[in-house]
This record gives sequence, C-alpha cells and structure tokens, in this order.
Amino acid sequence: MKSFNYKTATSTKEAIKLFSGRSAFLAGGMTLLPAIKLRLAAYSDLINIKKIKGLSGIRASSKSLKIGSAITHAAVASSKEVIKSIPSLALLADGIGDPQVRNRGTIGGSIANNDPAADYPAACLALNATIHTNKRKIPADKFFKGMFETDLKKGELIEAIEFEVPEKSSYTKFPNPASRYAIVGVYIAKLKKEIRVAVTGVESCVFRCKKIEKALTDNFSESSIDNINISSNGFNSDIHASAEYRAHIIKVMAKKAVSTC
Amino acid sequence: MANVNIKINGKKISKEISDNILLSDFLRDKLLLTGTHIGCDTSQCGACVVHLNGNSVKSCTTLVADCDGCEVTTIEGLSSNGKMHVMQESFKKHHGLQCGFCTPGMVMSAIDLLQKNKNPNEQEIRDWLEGNICRCTGYQNIVAAVKDAASKM
Repeated sequence: MKSFNYKTATSTKEAIKLFSGRSAFLAGGMTLLPAIKLRLAAYSDLINIKKIKGLSGIRASSKSLKIGSAITHAAVASSKEVIKSIPSLALLADGIGDPQVRNRGTIGGSIANNDPAADYPAACLALNATIHTNKRKIPADKFFKGMFETDLKKGELIEAIEFEVPEKSSYTKFPNPASRYAIVGVYIAKLKKEIRVAVTGVESCVFRCKKIEKALTDNFSESSIDNINISSNGFNSDIHASAEYRAHIIKVMAKKAVSTC
Repeated sequence: MANVNIKINGKKISKEISDNILLSDFLRDKLLLTGTHIGCDTSQCGACVVHLNGNSVKSCTTLVADCDGCEVTTIEGLSSNGKMHVMQESFKKHHGLQCGFCTPGMVMSAIDLLQKNKNPNEQEIRDWLEGNICRCTGYQNIVAAVKDAASKM
C-alpha cells in the first residue's frame, strides 16, 4: 500500500489545520482505503476524524433528523431515534454493503464520496437534506455535482447531515447481488410541502425523477406510475443491466416504494 | 511511524508501526497470527474478518493506526484452555467447511451475528454472511452450523 502519514484530529478545527497539500479525511475508510490499495488514489496525509466528538451524535426533532458525519451505517440502522423518526433511512443503512462494511463505513464518507450507485445520496435528495460542513450549510439539491463529485471544497469537512422528517417515505433497491450497490435504487418521500423521488445507480450521479414526482403529486398511488415513460437516454449500461432495463426497473422500484411507504 | 497500543486476543501489545500497515498484514506478518486469511484483499470476500471492539470488521481494509486503544479478537483468540468455541465446534460437527480458506472469517462473522441476534432464522443468517464468500460454495452446511451454534450459545 502506498505510504502516507496518518494523523488523528480531536476537533474539527484541528482536522482543518492538519489538512494540507494532498490530504484526505479518513472516516470508515471503506472506499478510501481500497482506492489507495488499488492505486486509484494517493495522498500524503490521512486525517482520522473518527475521534472528533462533535461528529458522532444523532438528534431528532419533530421536523428534522440530524446525523453526525462519522456515524456508521450499523449505528444508523440500529438507532432508536432514526427508526422512530425516519424508518426508511434505518432500513437503507441496513442494506448497505455487508455487516463488516456497515460496522466501519460512515454516512459522511458515503456522501462525500458520492458513488453513482451509493444509497445515502438518494436519501439526501429525497428527504431534502442539508449538508452541514465546517463552513456552511449546503442543500442536497446543490451538493451532488457528478460522478464522485460534490460541492465540497478542498479541506471542507462534513459535520452532519440533517434530513427533513417526511410524512411517509420508502427506499427500494434492486441491488447488485455481489456488492449490494444499487443497480437501481428509488427513494420516495412525501414531505410536508412536496413529494420527492430520488434515483441512484442509474446515471453518473444521483438525480430526482421529476416525472414520477409529478405523477405522485397528482395521485399518490402505484397505478399513477404505470403510464409514465422513462427514457433510458444517458442511463448507465453495463454487464449488470442495460440502460433500457434500468429504465424499466425504476418504475418497478418506484411502485414498490409507493406500496411500502 | 507511530506507536500503537492494542489488546489482541486478550494480550496487550505495544508496537511501533508504519502509518500505512493494514491490520490483516500486521496480524499475519508481525504477530504471526496466520489464522486470519487474506483472500481478495479488496474487502469483498470476508476471509480476513476479525472483531474490533466486539464488532466484525474486514482487517484487510482496517489500518492498524485506527486500532490504537482498541481490542482485537482473531480466530486464534476464540478457544480457551484448548477447548474450541461453540461456533468452531459447530462448524466441525456440521462439516461447515471444505477447503477451509474462508472458515476463519465465516466463524468470526457468525459469532458477531449471534451477539446481535441470538436466534436468527435461515434468511437472517444468509443475509448476515453476505460479506463472506465460500468458493467451495459450501453454504448449506455453514448455515446449518450457525443455526446449531445459535441453539447452544
């Protein structure tokens, strides 16, 4: 494994101070370490942020659920606050990767990485999340920029993700049977003011499917999805699924999500 | 280089390590605990699963530097006074292994499951073992072994 300096920060301030040149923040490392091992990435310093106390709380109110960025998927999946406030989010966390990945991987890491097939970005878009960093608050709609690309600037650290508590919501995923990444994942949330539908695994970046949002706003039922025409133009096409197949599965997953909302 | 203090299989260890050494390599090459296997080395196969503070993790994707102040249990740490752990006994009894390469990881994962779910059904066992791959495809007996161990633990 390519060499780097390992440093531990105990506060956000310290983490930012330690950040220089080709550094990366290290949380669970479930993507970062394999990327370094495979020589897809190289850094001079890894800054461990797991010991920063402020990044590991879960706070629920009637309107929002705020999850610290260094919270593991396993902790989200088993959190009483999350299960009570947004059960679909706990279920999503419980379906990421495998138990060992869930024991290490974190919500902040997943969002900062913005893998095109990751689950959490869909939750952020559907649940109108706000990404809190050490510098600012970024609405999810402006956060996910492209494949593995976000609005984060160099040395900017995610501190927490604040989700709007929906009236009802559901996430349904058609997983790759080996990796459990989404071949297609659809998150539907009926929020106080709007219905949001986020799709992951289908394009180079998570996106909102406005067609399904409109159909469900007119009539929140499975049947209203039947007549929607989803174009496969620009969709991912690989050995796991063709673009046309993904377009078809979006509707299947959306209907399932509506029925389990 | 940094100094880390780790409790491994109940024994306190203080060692100077390089910043980029992985737990799997450290266990095998520095401590000669070769029961932890390295299969894919990309955190997919689960042969390298150990417990970190009681939770199962893939040691091929864990930095030793991250384990400072933690407790690690490997397959070598399961038996006591020469007596196998219930899960190990159960794997033996049900022939939950063929070539045996995936077995240490399977056993460590399965024990973590029973810590969190005392009486898992077959589907829950299969779901939990998602991150452990047996290329002999001997899953039937592995599931039977975990089920039997659950009734005894």
